[in-house]
Amino acid sequence: MKWFRKTVSALRPLPAGSFTVDRNGHLLASTLPSDYPVSLVRELGLHVLTTFREARTAGLSVTDLVVRYQGLKIAARELRGGAIIFVFPQTPFNSAS
Amino acid sequence: MPSRPKILLADDDPDLLELYRELLTRLPSQPEIRLANSGLKALALLEEEPFHLFICDLKMPRMDGLQVLAVVRRKYPQLRTVVLTALTDEQLRSRVYALGVDLYWQKPGNEQEVQLFLDCLESLLSREAEGGFRGVQSKSLVDIIQLECLSQNSTLLRITHGPLTGRIWILGGELVDAETEGLVGEEAFARILSWKSGTFEQLPPEPDRPRRIFKSYNALLLETAQAMDESDAAAPAVVEPERVTPPSPMEQIAAMEGVDCVLHFGRAEGSPAESRGAETPEVALQWARRTLDRFQHMGERLAVGPLQDIEVSSWQQHVGLAPVGEGGLLMGWLGRQPPGRVAEQLRKAAALLHP
Repeated sequence: MKWFRKTVSALRPLPAGSFTVDRNGHLLASTLPSDYPVSLVRELGLHVLTTFREARTAGLSVTDLVVRYQGLKIAARELRGGAIIFVFPQTPFNSAS
Repeated sequence: MPSRPKILLADDDPDLLELYRELLTRLPSQPEIRLANSGLKALALLEEEPFHLFICDLKMPRMDGLQVLAVVRRKYPQLRTVVLTALTDEQLRSRVYALGVDLYWQKPGNEQEVQLFLDCLESLLSREAEGGFRGVQSKSLVDIIQLECLSQNSTLLRITHGPLTGRIWILGGELVDAETEGLVGEEAFARILSWKSGTFEQLPPEPDRPRRIFKSYNALLLETAQAMDESDAAAPAVVEPERVTPPSPMEQIAAMEGVDCVLHFGRAEGSPAESRGAETPEVALQWARRTLDRFQHMGERLAVGPLQDIEVSSWQQHVGLAPVGEGGLLMGWLGRQPPGRVAEQLRKAAALLHP
């Protein structure tokens, strides 16, 4: 007899792919899995745009951004006010890159 | 020269900065080379650490070379200065020399000119080691005064030795008065003569200066020389101790290859920050704090583990940002760095700051 029902929480897979946003942060195109939350993708796009914009204000003329987490690498390039953003899950085999 | 000389090179072109850094590493004295991509940056670096030689381009945005040199000559009179420029304007050259710059050099065009330029720099660095007064290299102040008196000149010599300034009045080849550090007359003269190096300039004579020195210049020079010899002999041989304290972590990070600026900061608004080589540390600090906060928050939202580092770059510059302990670290490089280098240097720097 089972006293407790076993619940298995669904683990959200790490995103892999790329997407582009316009200067207002609107999602233009994406190769990310369609079930990945769009709100998170948009949020990431806005953060990237804000980082580029604030860097310019701080006197840094930069066009590329790389953010490394333990489990994910984000690489972005500014494109005419918008940006193209790549996300790569990091594993022990590729985390050195 | 007891330790490696330090050279500061200022030019707005990052490619040229790298090229000249490579060239300067050929100098026999094996100098430490720091780079600045603007006049403001050069002044910030000079404020932070002493240099032996400052090499400056003339055409730079915001603050041109002449403006920078005017400030440098006033604030750091002992620093050797060299102008390295593509401009060939005679008037400009006169203006540069009028500022008291040691050398005006056209950017070399071939290997022979490069070697000549390096020979001149090495010579300037060795003069720095030997001492002497600028304007008449390798001449002691005694030589300069003897020259003035023997030629029966009338002049006012203003001598600068670090923060100290002294004046010696000469009228018709006679020493009339001297003044420095609240001393006047013979005492002031003896004090000024005890300075081993510095800069001097000749100002128009002041014929109305009341006479406070009545001995002949020969007698006075002899007396002063004897007094200095005796005090040297009486004083125990003082060997300047080698610096035993290791450089601070921030100094070690700033000296890492290619590093242009460093900023170590607490994350909370108003918490302390320490910077090396940053032109506008307050602005960089704001950006660094906001960016770290933003992506740490994003990492939590994405559930991708702790933030390791952030890089922003263009062909002109490369900036790395990493959380370090309770704070953060920003490092800047001139020009885009090869893949992996920024992350590696950030890791090394973080280990120094937070062992």
